[in-house]
Amino acid sequence: MYKIAKKRALNPTVTMMDICAPLVAAKGKAGQFIILRVDGDGERIPLTIAGCDRQNGTVKIIFQVVGATTMALNAKDEGDYIEDFVGPLGRPTETEGVKKVCIVGGGVGCAIALPVAQAFHELGAEVYSIIGFRSKDLVILEDEFRSCSDKLIIVTDDGSYGRKGVVTAPLRELIECGEQFDKVIAIGPVIMMKFVVQTTKPYNIPTVVSMNPIMIDGTGMCGGCRLTVGGKTKFACVDGPDFDGFEVDFDEAMARSNMYADFERHERDEACNLFRKEAE
Amino acid sequence: MPVQPKKNAMPVQDAKIRATNFREVALGYCAETAVAEAQRCLNCKNRPCVAACPVNISIPEFISRVKESDFEGAYDIISKSSSLPAVCGRVCPQETQCESECTLGIKFEPVGIGRLERFVADYHNAHFKGQPSVPLSNGHRVAVIGSGPSGLTCAGDLAKKGYKVTVFEALHRAGGVLVYGIPEFRLPKSIVEKEVEILKDYGVEVQTNVVIGKTLTIDELFEQGYEAVFVGSGAGLPRFMGISGEWLKGVYSANEFLTRNNLMKAYEKGSHTPIMHSKTVAVVGGGNVAMDAARTALRLGAEHVYIIYRRSMEEIPARREEVEHAQEEGVEFKILNNPVEILGYSNPQDVRDPKNGFVTGIKVVRCRLGEPDARGRRSPIEIEGSEYVIPVDCVIMAIGTSPNPLIKNTTEGLEVNRHGGIVVEESTGKTSKEGVYAGGDAVTGAATVILAMGAGKTAAIAIDEYITSKNV
Repeated sequence: MYKIAKKRALNPTVTMMDICAPLVAAKGKAGQFIILRVDGDGERIPLTIAGCDRQNGTVKIIFQVVGATTMALNAKDEGDYIEDFVGPLGRPTETEGVKKVCIVGGGVGCAIALPVAQAFHELGAEVYSIIGFRSKDLVILEDEFRSCSDKLIIVTDDGSYGRKGVVTAPLRELIECGEQFDKVIAIGPVIMMKFVVQTTKPYNIPTVVSMNPIMIDGTGMCGGCRLTVGGKTKFACVDGPDFDGFEVDFDEAMARSNMYADFERHERDEACNLFRKEAE
Repeated sequence: MPVQPKKNAMPVQDAKIRATNFREVALGYCAETAVAEAQRCLNCKNRPCVAACPVNISIPEFISRVKESDFEGAYDIISKSSSLPAVCGRVCPQETQCESECTLGIKFEPVGIGRLERFVADYHNAHFKGQPSVPLSNGHRVAVIGSGPSGLTCAGDLAKKGYKVTVFEALHRAGGVLVYGIPEFRLPKSIVEKEVEILKDYGVEVQTNVVIGKTLTIDELFEQGYEAVFVGSGAGLPRFMGISGEWLKGVYSANEFLTRNNLMKAYEKGSHTPIMHSKTVAVVGGGNVAMDAARTALRLGAEHVYIIYRRSMEEIPARREEVEHAQEEGVEFKILNNPVEILGYSNPQDVRDPKNGFVTGIKVVRCRLGEPDARGRRSPIEIEGSEYVIPVDCVIMAIGTSPNPLIKNTTEGLEVNRHGGIVVEESTGKTSKEGVYAGGDAVTGAATVILAMGAGKTAAIAIDEYITSKNV
């Protein structure tokens, strides 16, 4: 059992938790993920590590309440326990040899993008961050990004905060203005990462994307998280989750991600009913 | 009294009924039948069955106890050699091991050794209420990586010698392939749980949610004071064929399909883990894992389940009994067929059509068998122009696994072969790194439960000798 040391709502649908897991906290690096189960009969879900406090032995996770499992997790409070928590899994983001980097985060993906931005910042690289959200009330981690970025651009779909539009517009402008990035790192919805790659490819700027497909064990055993990268089958859990964006087959990844859409909708409705009843 | 020529039949659930539930297929002997079966044993002098058992159980001795209805006595004899008797009695291929060498088998059917082992273990688990006598601790610590058959065996044997053993398991439940791979209807999970509990009674500690190679490394285990490490991390990455369409929704590796059902209980009503309930399923491969996947698919409600295998029934590597069970339950065998492509739905008019990307069929080519190769196995030769499409909505790839790279990549000085399997000295399980031993699928690639147990046993002996010699 793993204790929830801290819980904070970042916006109406995104929650941050610090989980006591000293072994994971001692090793976790930016770009890696964990797998957790909320209860004894729960499903295993992967979440990317949003930070590690090695001294206190806690691991930070940030999740959007979208399905039954994240709803159950969000119903837990500080001091409560979750059943299972294993990691750190996957390969850390490669940070070596980069002098100037552009981090592009979308929605809750910004939670994962932040430790990557921080890692580059600590290594002395020049960090530009572009973070995008649907609207003002969904903006998260602005201060945190500001303190590790040399330049921060916030965009919202509806223009209610920062610039109006999508993340690729300021990215293209920066590139066209002559900013020389050694690397662009995109973390967010698959469709966003696909368009980031379409933006950077004409300029041949190495672009890394962080994939988060459906997964069970997270150790290379089930093959459920497979992707086609450069024409070859790769497993996100052991070969990734970071991949060369120019090589990833995004359309295939998007198609695979909704394999259980019906089941998930049903589970979510059930969970909604359950938690609503408890609230009454 | 003349010897009864045939084995006492194993009572089983009716094929039509069992194909719709996940309860155990074979129901086990009652005491009366067990005694009758034990009486068939000739108690011959040369005891060929013992040598043919990978863990060398004193078979004639335990059978003699069964004859006398001393079932606990029989259990004590088995448990001296095997840490998982209830498991072995169910999943061992006895027909190619102990029973294949049985003297009675020269003239008649061999003694049903596996069925007797299962009976004895089940009897013990149902009746024994005490605690096993735990040996005094010798103060030495050993780490075991993986809680599958090889790891549990190694841990059990060392604990019985007085070692303080910690088993590290990556998943949230102990048992390895016994819980994620082998289905409930062949090996109930409560039996595995019970065997693990017995090991805990011997002082074995099991730490779940620890991935060695990630959470901790082998070198860190030594730093923590473990004097030896046994690697029983199992087979890893599932293989795919590399044909087009393997990305489609509805294509599973057998590992994923079985894990969703066995470990995550996707077949249970109200389970939080999704699984596709397909109408028509193709399982590619002819091993035990393929049979498990096919029979699981039937139980999930499929109307047609096909085994697609590129050789003939002669070469099929699964146990005869598994093949027969599958056939009785209605699994259809498409032999001498090799997949060339998986087909999927695509609506060019509407990219948002929810049916897009789901499997619709599998294209196969017919094969004939060529001359036997160096190992005597006849390889399939594709017949040009014989391709045809089998309409299916799910494809399960059960064509083996490649070793998991996690431990290899994080352990300096650990030699692996060109397939990625850990290189060991066969008689000891010793690896190229001092104090590190290995066994099971991590060494051999996908094999059987009992071979893995044999390797765990061999390594336990070697680890005991290693630690003893170091501390003289």
